[in-house]
Amino acid sequence: MTQHEDTALQVAGKTYQSRLIIGSGKYRDFDENLAALEASGAEIITVAIRRVNLGQNADEPSLFDVISPEKYTILPNTAGCYTAEDAVRTCRMARELLDGHKLVKLEVLGDQTTLYPNVTETLEAAEELVKEDFDVMVYTSDDPLVAKRLEEIGCVAVMPLGAPIGSGLGIRNPYNIRLILENANVPIIVDAGVGTASDATIAMELGCDGVLMNTAIAEAKQPILMASAMKKAVESGRQAFLAGRMPRRLYASASSPIDGTFF
Amino acid sequence: MEVIINGDQHLIDSSYSLMDLLVNLEMTQGQIAVELNGEIIPKSTFQQQQLSDGDKIEIIQAIGGG
Repeated sequence: MTQHEDTALQVAGKTYQSRLIIGSGKYRDFDENLAALEASGAEIITVAIRRVNLGQNADEPSLFDVISPEKYTILPNTAGCYTAEDAVRTCRMARELLDGHKLVKLEVLGDQTTLYPNVTETLEAAEELVKEDFDVMVYTSDDPLVAKRLEEIGCVAVMPLGAPIGSGLGIRNPYNIRLILENANVPIIVDAGVGTASDATIAMELGCDGVLMNTAIAEAKQPILMASAMKKAVESGRQAFLAGRMPRRLYASASSPIDGTFF
Repeated sequence: MEVIINGDQHLIDSSYSLMDLLVNLEMTQGQIAVELNGEIIPKSTFQQQQLSDGDKIEIIQAIGGG
């Protein structure tokens, strides 16, 4: 920003210029993912932890051959976990995989059709992971009490959903997001639900510290163009939040003065 | 001897260390992590880690995900 300095996003002691976090799922290939990542300006990218394919060609590029863990902050997720136990196990594997890297995205799902978080399992996993010295960015519902509890447990960022994962329905309950923000002392990042640029802007205008998205970019007809749109949307929303919007009025308020009219 | 690797049964030489197995599977190039019977095995000990009949081995990697 030129006029007023914004404070950068800080997560687990590290500073990020971009408030957009993107995923690496659903892209056509790693190259398209990388191009979208570059266009988005994001510095953090989520990855999933899965079994290797035993038959896979050893020469085939892996995700990290294309998206460099030296250049970007890799955020391993626990997607697909339905119990605290599986999520904790996945994080431990991720930490070993990434040579002691402590930052993880915890998500414990409760239901296959909504992919809604299982909050009780999430709380249990968060407690264990914090105890094991992980830096936990936690995906959760938009319940303000649960969000606060996750902060108290010691999560480094709380990430309420805007709408179900991959739904593209936008920020369905902005009032709950606001309630979460009012009580927060850690970054609040909307994770899931964003469908298009204006959704990301709405999240940022509410005062969120960031937005995490995957499908909105990966499933756009032109993912790289959408990644660029999302970069601007997040920046615009942030600036609008800092600028402070005008009050809403029921009736008009003329922009041109009445004084000096000659008719 | 028989071990289970990523959910599938495999017959391997009974003298194999974990490192021997990974070499045999051509898994030494990429970034992976290994769990043996539910315990994470640090990369630095792959060579010393002997395998036994019935071992359950998980070999994981990072892939695209949101």
